[in-house]
Amino acid sequence: MAKEYENRELILPTKNMALAMGPSHPAMHGIVRVNAKLDGEIVVEGSVDIGYLHRGFEKSVENHTWNQGIIYTDRLNYVSAMMNNVGYCLAVEKLLDIELPPRGTFLRVIMSELSRVADHLTCVAAQVMETGAMTAFLYAMKAREYVWEIVEMACGARVTTNWTRVGGLMADVPGDFVDAVRERIPLVRDVIDELDKLVTKNRIFGDRYRDVGVMTKDEAIAWGFTGPCIRASGIPFDVRRDTPYLNYDAFDFEIPVGTNGDVFDRYLVRMFEMEQSILIVEQALAKLPDGPVSVDNKMVTLPEKADVYGSIEGLINQFKLIMDGHGIQVPPGEIYQAVEAANGELGFYIISTGGDTPYKCRCRPPSFALTAALEKMITGQMIADVIPIFGSVNMIGGELDR
Amino acid sequence: MDTFFLIESVVKIFTMIAAVMGLATILTWVERKQSAVMQDRIGANRADIFGIRIIGLFQPFADAIKMITKEDYIPPFGNKVLHMIAPAIAYIPVMLLFAVIPMGPPLEIGGRIVNTQIANIDIGLLFIFAFGGIAVYGAVIGGWASNNKYALIAAIRTSAQMISYEVCLGLSLIGAIMIYGTVDLSQMIAEQSGHWFGWIPRWGIFIQPLGALLFIPAAIAENKRIPFDLPEAESEIIGYYTEYSGLKGGLFMMTEFIEMVLISALFSVIFLGGWNVPWLEYNGFNFPWGGTWTLNIWVVKGMQFGAYFLKVAVLIYFFTLVRWTLPRFRYDQVMRLGWRYLFPLALINLLITGIAVVLFA
Repeated sequence: MAKEYENRELILPTKNMALAMGPSHPAMHGIVRVNAKLDGEIVVEGSVDIGYLHRGFEKSVENHTWNQGIIYTDRLNYVSAMMNNVGYCLAVEKLLDIELPPRGTFLRVIMSELSRVADHLTCVAAQVMETGAMTAFLYAMKAREYVWEIVEMACGARVTTNWTRVGGLMADVPGDFVDAVRERIPLVRDVIDELDKLVTKNRIFGDRYRDVGVMTKDEAIAWGFTGPCIRASGIPFDVRRDTPYLNYDAFDFEIPVGTNGDVFDRYLVRMFEMEQSILIVEQALAKLPDGPVSVDNKMVTLPEKADVYGSIEGLINQFKLIMDGHGIQVPPGEIYQAVEAANGELGFYIISTGGDTPYKCRCRPPSFALTAALEKMITGQMIADVIPIFGSVNMIGGELDR
Repeated sequence: MDTFFLIESVVKIFTMIAAVMGLATILTWVERKQSAVMQDRIGANRADIFGIRIIGLFQPFADAIKMITKEDYIPPFGNKVLHMIAPAIAYIPVMLLFAVIPMGPPLEIGGRIVNTQIANIDIGLLFIFAFGGIAVYGAVIGGWASNNKYALIAAIRTSAQMISYEVCLGLSLIGAIMIYGTVDLSQMIAEQSGHWFGWIPRWGIFIQPLGALLFIPAAIAENKRIPFDLPEAESEIIGYYTEYSGLKGGLFMMTEFIEMVLISALFSVIFLGGWNVPWLEYNGFNFPWGGTWTLNIWVVKGMQFGAYFLKVAVLIYFFTLVRWTLPRFRYDQVMRLGWRYLFPLALINLLITGIAVVLFA
């Protein structure tokens, strides 16, 4: 398209039209603006304005205790909040040099992967909806509902989960959790299959998605892509495989890789990853051990409620962990811990100077690098392509602007 | 002009307006419910009158009240006059087209043959092309007068798309015109009565399959519905009625539904034999295997009215299905489809039909 545009001979002189798409635009989530210069239908220049959802995540975390910071991570990628919880807690735990009991680790893996399914479903669904297929969108939402029912079961909330704690989990999952997950997995699979049949081989979808927003291997690396987008460009980079955390090395899963790096490949990679995530969940469910979910360390984990009300030691323990100025004492040091979030590498760089609050907590959001490359991807494309490209990077305002 | 003719015309006009507006109103409900069925939802069922809901059939009334009572926003920097009249420009030509669409078989009342067309003019189809061409102005003027960039882009898309597809629409019908040798719609239906070999109904779709196939995408494009809803691609550019609210916006939407009735009626008239029912003749059913089932003339007429309505309803249902299944094309893809595929195919259809007409007629 770009080439066609350059080679065109103008018979009548025309002027480009400046069009500010967003933040009040149906496809821009209300949190980003594309300043496009249009020549007819073609975007000649398109710069992306971000920052509409800046909440001061990093400063907020600095002003709260270690466990209070978790609640802010919910708001990063609000579709898959549990993965952010896990990432942050892993970083703090690394500083504390503690390791979770196996049940806690397995549950974190299960919920992370289910969150990934929910996130990918949302992304794919939003992408197809913005191309005009409302029905496929609602099918995917139905599947996400199944996943969110499990999330609700685990932590009582659907979006803002606040599920992990430093050194473990908020609580163990209820007794019928495993059965509930096993029951819903086929339902989710059915919907994914349905979505696949409806979308993947549809000619209109193919034409809309193929060769649109292409990022080659080198470009993807240069722009700092991670997650499904870099894999769509043909680079098998996955934090779960390359720098294993939790116990991902114990599971058998494939990393899908695209060939063209266009919107269609990103869609395919996401569809394939959902299946892989479900496979991981199934493996984890089969191996799920019994036992505690949090570390048995009185300096980190809150005591049982019976102890708090029943014994003086328990009460003091609770007091020491909760009260301002007491809390979890993390030794001085700095750490970078990344997890493979749904959109890519979600990293937390934390500096502790000792005490109950972080000195600095920097978050490396996957969306940021992707959104930075939007300008490159949309230039030269048609105005209708901006929407699928934008959908394919799955920009989430919460983690982009923090 | 005698009194009978006057009364007849007035009755026909009122019947037609009531039927079309009624159908279009119900269509808003059909669209909601059909999408709900396809998407595993319940759909609109909250609107009630004294607690009676009848599966949400009062929803259109609630919608109408909502539209009437909404603020009628006129963009201060646009052209106010054009902004005001644009919905009417979109709506009136489409309503006018129904003047030549037959409602059913001709009736015999008091020794007179009463055509169920409002205006029994012999340029029927040309009239439709002429006024159908005017309908594009409504969207274009509306988009331009709003002084909104999205609306302007949409207006340009509308004009390009509708003018391109009007060509395909026209060419897809010319084959049928050549075969029937007339552009009068009642005449066309009359040509389609009877059977080949005594059992295949002489419907247009059997002699003009390609024409019928080309008519459908072209008609959907004229109707501006998914997959051709680029002029109102709500996730890209909000549409040519971005700056319209209340009843004016509602009129644009209503026009879309009325157009849906129109293209369904046109398709059934030209390709599905209008009110013709296979093997049903004036005296009843004459089955190809020899049996007859004699019926009263009024029963036959009633069945023909019913068949015509059923054909229109099934087509409308089909268009709703398409609307909720497919995604949207891109601008260049729509143009490519129109000019590189549909247009040459329509010409080929014309060529084949021409040769056939010369050889066999």
